[in-house]
Amino acid sequence: MNFDFSDEQKQMRDAARKFLAEKCPPKAVREVLDGKAPYDKELWKGLAEMGFLGVAIPEEFGGAGAGHLELCVIAEEMGRANAPVPFSSTAYLAAEALLLAGSDAQKQKWLPKIASGEVIGTLALFEGKGNPSPKAIKLQASSGTLNGVKKPVPDGAIADFAVVAARTGSTERDSDISLFLVDLKAGGVEAKSLTNVDPTRGQAELTFKNAKAEPLGAVGEGWSILTQVLDRAAVLLAFEQVGGSDRALEMGRDYALDRIAFGRPIGSFQAVKHMLADMYVSATLARSNCYYGAWALSTNASELPEAAAAARISATQAFQHCSKNNIQVHGGMGFTWEFDCHMYYRRANATALTLGSLSYWEDQLIDRMRKKNAA
Amino acid sequence: MNFDDTPQEAEFRSLARKWIDANAPKQYEAELSKSSLGRIRLEKEEIVDVGKAWQKKKAEGGWACLHWPKEYGGRGATPIEKVIWQQEEGVYGKLTQPFQIGEGMCGPTVMAFGSEEHKRHYLPKLASGEHIWCQLFSEPAGGSDVAGLRTRAEKKGDNWIVNGQKIWTSGAHYSDYGLLITRTDHNVPKHKGLTMFFLDMKSKGIEVRPIKQANGMQEFNEVYFTDVVIPDHQRLGAVGDGWNVSLTTLMNERMSIGSRLATGFPEMFEFCSNLMTDDGLAIDDPATRSKLASWAVKASGLKYTSYRAISSLSKGERPGPENSIGKLVSGTMLQDIATYAMDLQGAAGALTGADEEAARGQFQQMLLSSPSMRIAGGTDEILRNIIAERVLGLPGDIRVDKDVPFNRIPTKGR
Repeated sequence: MNFDFSDEQKQMRDAARKFLAEKCPPKAVREVLDGKAPYDKELWKGLAEMGFLGVAIPEEFGGAGAGHLELCVIAEEMGRANAPVPFSSTAYLAAEALLLAGSDAQKQKWLPKIASGEVIGTLALFEGKGNPSPKAIKLQASSGTLNGVKKPVPDGAIADFAVVAARTGSTERDSDISLFLVDLKAGGVEAKSLTNVDPTRGQAELTFKNAKAEPLGAVGEGWSILTQVLDRAAVLLAFEQVGGSDRALEMGRDYALDRIAFGRPIGSFQAVKHMLADMYVSATLARSNCYYGAWALSTNASELPEAAAAARISATQAFQHCSKNNIQVHGGMGFTWEFDCHMYYRRANATALTLGSLSYWEDQLIDRMRKKNAA
Repeated sequence: MNFDDTPQEAEFRSLARKWIDANAPKQYEAELSKSSLGRIRLEKEEIVDVGKAWQKKKAEGGWACLHWPKEYGGRGATPIEKVIWQQEEGVYGKLTQPFQIGEGMCGPTVMAFGSEEHKRHYLPKLASGEHIWCQLFSEPAGGSDVAGLRTRAEKKGDNWIVNGQKIWTSGAHYSDYGLLITRTDHNVPKHKGLTMFFLDMKSKGIEVRPIKQANGMQEFNEVYFTDVVIPDHQRLGAVGDGWNVSLTTLMNERMSIGSRLATGFPEMFEFCSNLMTDDGLAIDDPATRSKLASWAVKASGLKYTSYRAISSLSKGERPGPENSIGKLVSGTMLQDIATYAMDLQGAAGALTGADEEAARGQFQQMLLSSPSMRIAGGTDEILRNIIAERVLGLPGDIRVDKDVPFNRIPTKGR
């Protein structure tokens, strides 16, 4: 059994960690947190130069042609560094949708520019409150144009193009949903930034008024493609969450070793030790579920739907748990703007909702397990 | 990244599979498959007798205590081969329960500290199941704080005279030999005055009394020692070095990679999939689904954590500390699952009969037995300390009795 990343993949992880430690210290994250920039443009450029943006994009479309296991290790490091760049929207959502359903021309148009960092892409799915569901999609597509409102759209205000889920029929059936590609700079789309719990990752409202759109994949296939995109993104985002969990755990551990109270390091008190031990347990369970997700993603296994939901749930729980208790270990200082704890707490709780809420994925997991058992 | 065997592993697996297929006691397969938690019971025969027969057969075929050297009754197998064997042995592995303490703890301790003569005499008989060994460590005054033990051994000529009491000894009533840790010096700090022995459990002055547990069952014993004589050549390690010797024993306890701990999840998922409530199937209820999902990812997390450890073994590496989370996660899961499964049954959930329609009373049994899973083999609290100290590098507890002579440590809280 070799249920592990290869030495080359681990080297890539180390390279990404080193690069991000240098180019994305907490100070850089704070530039975006404090609203001085919508995202870290320099870092985005650097990530492109390192070949990280197109790591899973085939060479014929300008990428590195490595694969999804490589993308997983980079995702982990992006999460660890809390990177304030539109990586997940571009590389997990937009690029994956193009790879799954794009025509050759569509791939040729967008994928090389993703790999080179020239464009930012996203997925416009949600329309207000609620989880992914065909009936929640009201935005209308007719004769090549879109009309309606999407929110929240991750990185919607800085994106150059979007994959948009739209209604092409009038029932609640999956087959009434189709996907479209929209050039957001071509007119017909108005973007408005929305404030959210994690200012280091933007959210926006996109209003489509007769916006020109071309179908991505066959008409009526939208929901089926979307489900696959969400599963693939769930695994990748779970790696970000695991990276964030590990970092939050390390921060708590380090502080518990340094901070003296009652004449001894607070890390010598069992109440603190046990809290940190439990964080380690969550992070370890999540990591192992993620590895299974990575295997399923990289081999396109039939187990992917179940593996993705398990990775997503486990990693969401772990990141929420670790980031919340990291603040607790830090005590009052953990609740200051100055300390970095809240940046991970914010990221954990925003990421927990990005692809639909925890309860949505719990529901998905049970459905998928039942389906498998019935089969 | 893959789940495949290497060619050598595949060859070994096929060899093991063929041998098991030709030799396993298949008449017990169904019964063994059913029991998932706690001590295994067979309808018509004693588990120890059936286990001894299986162990003997394995030893004859060269499949007992695989990772032990051949001259002591093992196969000289690699750690990954041992894991593959366990996977292939499957439900029949449950028959080895009476020998696990001997194979995993007592044997390795004798191997590390016993004389060559003792090793050649005792270990092959342990490996073949002819002799069953038990471990006599815990005491009423020394559970988690095992170094606080009070059973004393005094030197008299070439012998030691032992007096005291041990507790929580699994299998003492059917064991032939025991690994015994004693206090030989009360005037030095607690870790320094201990000495390890092995002894014949039929020795004069040993009395084994079963303990009636909180779940009504009797699986453990108290063992009383009254002027029991142990020859000095059965001492393991130097006088006063018993603590270090015991660390070898306990380290082996934690090396049980690949042995899957019961979590209760598969049973719970099946139960909820079939249980009809007033509002429909239990598994269609959102609250139940949410709980099931959380348990599902814990169960799969443990499974893939052990796969990661197996993968390091396969590469010839020493697995990381990840595996220390297994018992900590599964113990609480069993308890939570049992509680919720009963809750789903309403007032009838309190009924314990095996003929009750809801899952043959298995969750009620799980409820009553699960507290022990969070205590035996290291309490949840000790396991958290181990993770915090050995994995995360946090400071050890401040031990107020560390440098105090043992006879001056207080014995009562108030």
